[in-house]
Amino acid sequence: MDLMDLNEWAFIGVFLVIAALLPIVPIAMGRLLGPRKPNPVKTDTYECGIETVGDTWIQFKIQYYIFALVFLAFDVEAVFLFPWAVAYGGLGFFAFVEILIFLALLSLALIYVWRKGALKWT
Amino acid sequence: MIQMPTLESLNFGVAFPALSLVIGAVLLLVVDVFLPERRKGLVPWLALLGVLVSLAVSMINYNEVGEAFSGMFIADPFTSLVNIIVLISAALSILLAMDYLRRTEMEHRSDYYLLLLFTTSGMLFMGAANDLIVVFVALELLSIPLYVLSGFRRPNLKSEEAALKYFLLGAFASGFLVFGIAMIYGATGTTNLPGVWAGTAAIVESASPSLYLLLLGVGLIVVSLGFKVAAVPFHMWTPDVYEGAPTPVTAFMSVGTKAGSFAALLRILVVGLPTLILTGATSAAWANTLAILAALTMILGNFVALRQMNIKRMLAYSSIAHAGYILMAVAAAGDPAVGNQGVQAALIYLLTYAFTNLGAFAIVIALERNDGTGGQLDDFRGLASQRPVLALLMTFFMLSLTGIPLTAGFIGKWYVFLSAINAGLVLLAVIGAVTSVVAAFYYIRIIVRMYLQEGDANIGTSRLSYTLGAAILVAGLGTLIFGVLPFLVADLTQGVQIVRTIAQIAGGG
Amino acid sequence: MVPLWMFLTVGAILFAIGLFGVLARRNAVAILMSVELMLNAVNINLVAFWRFQTVDTMMGQAFAAFVFVVAAAETAVGLALIVAIYRRRQSVAVEDVNLLKW
Repeated sequence: MDLMDLNEWAFIGVFLVIAALLPIVPIAMGRLLGPRKPNPVKTDTYECGIETVGDTWIQFKIQYYIFALVFLAFDVEAVFLFPWAVAYGGLGFFAFVEILIFLALLSLALIYVWRKGALKWT
Repeated sequence: MIQMPTLESLNFGVAFPALSLVIGAVLLLVVDVFLPERRKGLVPWLALLGVLVSLAVSMINYNEVGEAFSGMFIADPFTSLVNIIVLISAALSILLAMDYLRRTEMEHRSDYYLLLLFTTSGMLFMGAANDLIVVFVALELLSIPLYVLSGFRRPNLKSEEAALKYFLLGAFASGFLVFGIAMIYGATGTTNLPGVWAGTAAIVESASPSLYLLLLGVGLIVVSLGFKVAAVPFHMWTPDVYEGAPTPVTAFMSVGTKAGSFAALLRILVVGLPTLILTGATSAAWANTLAILAALTMILGNFVALRQMNIKRMLAYSSIAHAGYILMAVAAAGDPAVGNQGVQAALIYLLTYAFTNLGAFAIVIALERNDGTGGQLDDFRGLASQRPVLALLMTFFMLSLTGIPLTAGFIGKWYVFLSAINAGLVLLAVIGAVTSVVAAFYYIRIIVRMYLQEGDANIGTSRLSYTLGAAILVAGLGTLIFGVLPFLVADLTQGVQIVRTIAQIAGGG
Repeated sequence: MVPLWMFLTVGAILFAIGLFGVLARRNAVAILMSVELMLNAVNINLVAFWRFQTVDTMMGQAFAAFVFVVAAAETAVGLALIVAIYRRRQSVAVEDVNLLKW
C-alpha cells in the first residue's frame, strides 16, 4: 500500500473523527458550562403540541395496514428494476420487452388493489 | 458477462401447461374484480376451465421433452405426470370448494379460486424445476397462497389459528431450504441441476472439502421439504392445520402439496445429487437418512392415527403415514440401479393417493355440517342405512387407503414395496407392511361404524350438490380404474426416466 | 481481502441466532423477524459464494434478489395474518393460540 492510498484512507479517518466530535462537543460544553436549576416543567418529557389524552395503544385505522402492505409489496418489486436499469445498456430490445411484461403484471396487481377499494381512505 | 437469452432458448411452448395456468390466474384476477356481484358465480367455472385446459395440454404433450427459460425449466414425462396429478387434484378441489363455500355462506368470496390457481401453478413449477432458484420460488408460490387459504374461514378462530401455525412453520422451513440451496451453490458453483450433477460427481471423485458443504446442503433441503410433505419428525403442524383449515383446502393440501414437494425432492436428489455416494457405499448418502425418516413416518403416523376421534385429524395422521410410504420409494431411488424405478413408484403412489384421498375428503365434506361440526368418527354411525351409496363409496376409499387389492391404493403400495426390495431396503419394506396392517384397524373402524353400529348420521347436506357428486364420482372412478387396470399406471410411468447418465452429460443433455 | 470462511461464519452465526429466535420467542412478530434474520444470513452466504467462486455468472446475486423479494411477500402475508388474529384475541403470543391441540 503506497502513500497515496494511505492518504485516501486518512481522509475518511479524519472525516469520521470530525463527525463524532460535532455532536459530542456541544453536548459536553452544555453539560460543563450550563447552569442546572431543574423544575417540574423543565424536567417533563419534551413533546410538541398538546399533551396526549388516553392510551397510546389505540386501534389504528385498518386502512393503514392495507396501505402499508401494498406499499411493501410494490416497494420490494423495485429490486428487480435496479439491476435491469444498471445493465440496460448491454441488453437491448429483448430486455425492454421483458421488463414491460413485468411492469404489466404489477399494474394488474395495482388494478386489483384499486378495484377492491383498498386505495380509498374513508 | 451477461448473456441475454434468445427467444429460442426461452422455448415457451414446452412450458405451456404451467404458463397457461399462471396467465389464466392473472387474467382471472382482473376479471374477478370487474365482474358484478351477481355474476361472481362464473369465477369457479373459469378457474376450472383454466385447470382443464392445462390438464389437456399436459396429457396431449405427455412425452414431449425440452428445456425452457434457458434451462431453468424442463418438460418431460415426469413433469407431465406431476402436472396431471396436481391438476386433477386442483379440479376436484374446485368442485369441492363450490359446494363447501356455498354452504358456509362464503360464496361471494371468489378470491378463493384465484389463490387456488396460484398455489396450483406453484406446484406445476416445482415438478418442472431444473434449477434450484426455481425450486425455491415455486415453493413460495405454492406456500404463500396456501397460508391464506388455510385461514380462509375467517372469522373462525380455528381456521385463523391453522393459518398462523402453518405460516410460521412454513416460513421457518423455507429458511432451511434456501440455506441448503446456498450450500449446494457454494459447493458446486451453480444452481442448475445438471450443473449440480456434474459438480457433485467431480467433488466426490476428488474428495474435496466441498463435500461437507454438499452434505450440509442436502440435509437442510431434506429437513425443509420434510416439513412440506409432513414427514416425522417435522410433522407437528399437520394435524392442527388439517383440522383447522377449511375442508376443501385440507383435501387439496394433503394431495397437491405432497405431489409438488415430492416432485421437487425427487428433482433435487435424483437429478442433481444421485452421485453423492460416499466411499464404500452403494447408494447415495441421502438414501439412508430418507430410509430412517420413512420408517419413523410410517410408524408414528399409523400408530397415532389409531387414537384420533376426529376424521380430519385421523386423515391428517393417515396422510403423514402415506408420506412415509412415498419416502420409502425416494429412499429406494438412492440406489443408482433402482433410481428410475423408485421415482416411478413414488409418482404412481402420489397418483393413486390423489384420487383416493380426495374422494375420502369429499365424503367428509358431504357429512360436515355448516357450522363445522359433524367431523367426529361417531358421526359416521348408521350412515349405511341412511345414505347407502355414500357409505359404500367411503368404504371403497377406506379400503384403497388401506391398500386392499383391486383398489388404486394397492397398486401404489405394490410398486413402492417392489422398488424398496429391489434397492435392498428389505427391513424398511417389512416395517411398511406391518404398519399397513396397523393402518387397516383405523380405516376399518370407520366401516364398522357405518355398517354395524346404530346411530343417526346427521349429515350436512340433505341432498348432494351436482359439483360434490361429480367430484366423488371422478375420485371413485379413478380409484377403481387404476385398481383393476394396473397396466395403465405402468404405461404412464415407463417414460419417466430422470436419472442422468454419463452419456447424457457428455452429449450436452 | 477478507477470506470466504469469515463471511460464512457470519452467515452461520446469523442463521443460528434466527433459529434460536424462532424456537425461543413467543411473540409471533418476533418469530417472523427471526425468520427474516435466517433468510438474510442466507443472502450473506449467497453473495459471498458469488464473489469468491463464480464472479463471472450472476447466479448468486440474482438468487439473493429473489430471496429478499420472496421474503417481503412472505412478511406481507404473515403480518396480515397476525393483525387479523390480534384483532380477535388481543394477543400475538403463540402459546395463546391453542384451540387446536398438538
